[in-house]
Amino acid sequence: MMLQRALAGAPPRALVLLALVLSALVAAPWASNDYLLTVLITILYFAYVGQAWNVMMGFAGQLSLGHAIYVGLGGYAAAAIYVYLGLAPWIGMIAAIAIAALCGAVIGFLAFRFRVAGVYFAILTIAFAEFARIGFDHLQWLGGSAGFFLPVANYARNDVWNLRGSPTMFYYLMLVLTVAAFVLCHLLLKSRIGYYWQAIREDEEAARSLGIDTFRCKMIAVAISAGMTAVAGVFFAFYYNNLFPEQVFHISRSIELILGPIIGGIGTLFGPILGAFLLTGLSETMQNLLAASGLDLPGAKQVIYGVCLLAVVVMLPDGVWPWLATRIGVSRKQP
Amino acid sequence: MSALLDVRGIGKRFRGLLAVDNVSFAVARGSIFAVIGPNGAGKTTLFNIIAGAIAPDRGSIFFDGAPIDGLPPDQVCRRGIGRTFQLVRPFPALSVEDNVIVGAMLHHHELAAARAHAHQLLRQLDLFDRRGQIASTLTLPDRKRLEVARALATRPKLLLLDEVMAGLRPVETDRMVLILRNLSRETGLTILLIEHVMQAVMALAARVLVLHHGAVIAEGPPAAVVREPTVVHSYLGAEAV
Amino acid sequence: MGADIYINVVVSGLLTGLIYGLMALGLSVIFGVVRVVNFAHGEMMTIAMYLAVVLFDAFALDPLVMVVPFAAVLFALGYALQAGIINPFVHRPEHSQFILLVAVALIITNLLLIVFGPDARNVQTSYSLDSFAAGALIVDASKVYAAAATIAIAAALFAFFRFASLGKAIRACADNYTGALVVGLDVKRLYALTFGLGAACVGAAGAMLVLLVDVTPALGPAYTLLAFIIVITGGLGSMPGALIGGVLIGITEALAGLLFTPSAKSMFSFALLVLVLLLRPQGLLGKRA
Repeated sequence: MMLQRALAGAPPRALVLLALVLSALVAAPWASNDYLLTVLITILYFAYVGQAWNVMMGFAGQLSLGHAIYVGLGGYAAAAIYVYLGLAPWIGMIAAIAIAALCGAVIGFLAFRFRVAGVYFAILTIAFAEFARIGFDHLQWLGGSAGFFLPVANYARNDVWNLRGSPTMFYYLMLVLTVAAFVLCHLLLKSRIGYYWQAIREDEEAARSLGIDTFRCKMIAVAISAGMTAVAGVFFAFYYNNLFPEQVFHISRSIELILGPIIGGIGTLFGPILGAFLLTGLSETMQNLLAASGLDLPGAKQVIYGVCLLAVVVMLPDGVWPWLATRIGVSRKQP
Repeated sequence: MSALLDVRGIGKRFRGLLAVDNVSFAVARGSIFAVIGPNGAGKTTLFNIIAGAIAPDRGSIFFDGAPIDGLPPDQVCRRGIGRTFQLVRPFPALSVEDNVIVGAMLHHHELAAARAHAHQLLRQLDLFDRRGQIASTLTLPDRKRLEVARALATRPKLLLLDEVMAGLRPVETDRMVLILRNLSRETGLTILLIEHVMQAVMALAARVLVLHHGAVIAEGPPAAVVREPTVVHSYLGAEAV
Repeated sequence: MGADIYINVVVSGLLTGLIYGLMALGLSVIFGVVRVVNFAHGEMMTIAMYLAVVLFDAFALDPLVMVVPFAAVLFALGYALQAGIINPFVHRPEHSQFILLVAVALIITNLLLIVFGPDARNVQTSYSLDSFAAGALIVDASKVYAAAATIAIAAALFAFFRFASLGKAIRACADNYTGALVVGLDVKRLYALTFGLGAACVGAAGAMLVLLVDVTPALGPAYTLLAFIIVITGGLGSMPGALIGGVLIGITEALAGLLFTPSAKSMFSFALLVLVLLLRPQGLLGKRA
């Protein structure tokens, strides 16, 4: 019933495409080797966090360039609860979401109450992420700059409750997460707050003249976005089994996770997912090509990557998905 | 019957400029009230103060018996005042239908109900056929009617229209006048409008307020006001009489 | 700790801060006029620093002497960048500009990595270890020369914008884009010129900074962020603001490094940034929009 509501109004072609892609993703581990599986997990991870970021930017119009802070807070929270309290990460996740949402609320409150917007808001988010990075570097009970480690698991058994297991287990978990995020965002967009977010994104003052409490709506967007991102942080921590502030909170992480949605198409539902596929696919393909051709200089891959980014943003300013959707005939009035 | 909108002694200064100077007037329930005057007379500032976008320096505003001066725009809207903007501001990337749905969501929290209400308004404002079109692709007259529909979707008791006829050809002006007159007559909607197009003012308004340099220089039924010497001198010109 | 150490640290921070200020001045000019978020600002400075290293190693050219030519090279680079790539993006949404410049920064950083490798490089001139002494105060000679050069360049830039007709034209574009178009100013060309000038400031700052700091290809982002912090603190659109902001940040960092651990010093810059954004968003000397 909820699914029916979610699917209402979609052109038939889109549904067929969706079904095909979903089937392919479910079947993927059988057709993949270890390497490909890791790549797919990375893609789904970026698809998921990209979608979470998209809630703030694409839906509510707030540009966050420090989103890695929520990944880090989520990861550290769940990891600490697991290591120090022995509680499973699904319980730790509740704390992770709460902490990240609170952090987002603080940033949002400071920004929206004091009318910090646009570029200034973006810089504010960078400052907070950097603050966290340096702060966690000095937090000795969470490992400091030397890193925080989770006890490495025995991969023979899959323990979903404690998030210890094979890459295949993590793959399916990420797939479920990504699909859940997709459905959640779709439902949000069709709800009252979804419409309000889009109005705020288009013209905040006009939105207020229609009775919309823009402060409250923006705060909700930030909290949801932060909370969703924190869940990814939990998986990040338990998949890699270690957390280093220099890596987790670094501005490159923040930039990395927004490339997908921007390339794919901000504000669209498929954009972040398509973007993640394109970027990770491109990255890995180039890695392999360069290694094969012997031109594997450190930095070469990044240069080509940068050039591709440049090309996409110059030629397809709204992102790849809107362009692609009209080409393959699945486009409809996109919210 | 007490007035729906009661403006008392509103004043607003922007650094050196006294934009609104001790303006007082009352708008009767169900009537159409026009504010006219030369450019820079303070009309839009007055509107912005009533709508909550700017706070007045002094004075008070009563709406339906309760004070609203100093309230933020979203709360003013929830009390029952809708507005349009001098430079039209529909949500450009949203469709015509979605624009109005946003307004309708104030009182209809479910999408289906909001859409139904939106469709009803779109039909009234002659935009139903274009409901799927993206707002930024509409012509100016259509965008103006869209903004009116959107404001109406919030079920206001009072509608503030800021130069809604500007840029319209005479035929379109007549159409808009007809729509507004019907709205007022059929739903009891009170309308306060800023206008330069005197043909519309004469056709619609029961009472007219004339502002000049932020101050009221005349108020009354349109036929009387347009004859007053101060009004003729400052705004209309002798040919108008 | 005695007052001597404090005074030395503060003065040292002040002088370094002036160089930061010059770099930020470049950003202020770019951001204030073209309104583009130049996330490749630090990377441009890194280019200048590597240029200095190369020329010093090859021809023993003192970067301080070469400040003007370096500025000219970066001017050309900036001009080309704006005219070639950035101009169409001036009216695009911020996230698009951001990605464009991140891509540019990525390309620059990694080209430098390919050419120079990841190891740190710097320039040691004959006077690198010299210092001036005035009572209890001991200051590095290079810092003093650099600071002096900075003030001279900033003064020249200020005079340009105040008195030169080209400078006034640029200010007109910043104030009122449409108005500038209407009176016939070639805004695209002026934007390119402005970006060039901003890049020139960065070039000059880089030439001087390489005497004080080691350069690696990854240096860019930290300085981009620093430049933004300074510009926001000092006030957008205010050139003295950029310099004063730089000095303020320089002193803050120096003191924080002394009183706390050196690695925590940027935390204070960020804290200062947050305070400024919340309490006085136009910055210390900026004009309220």
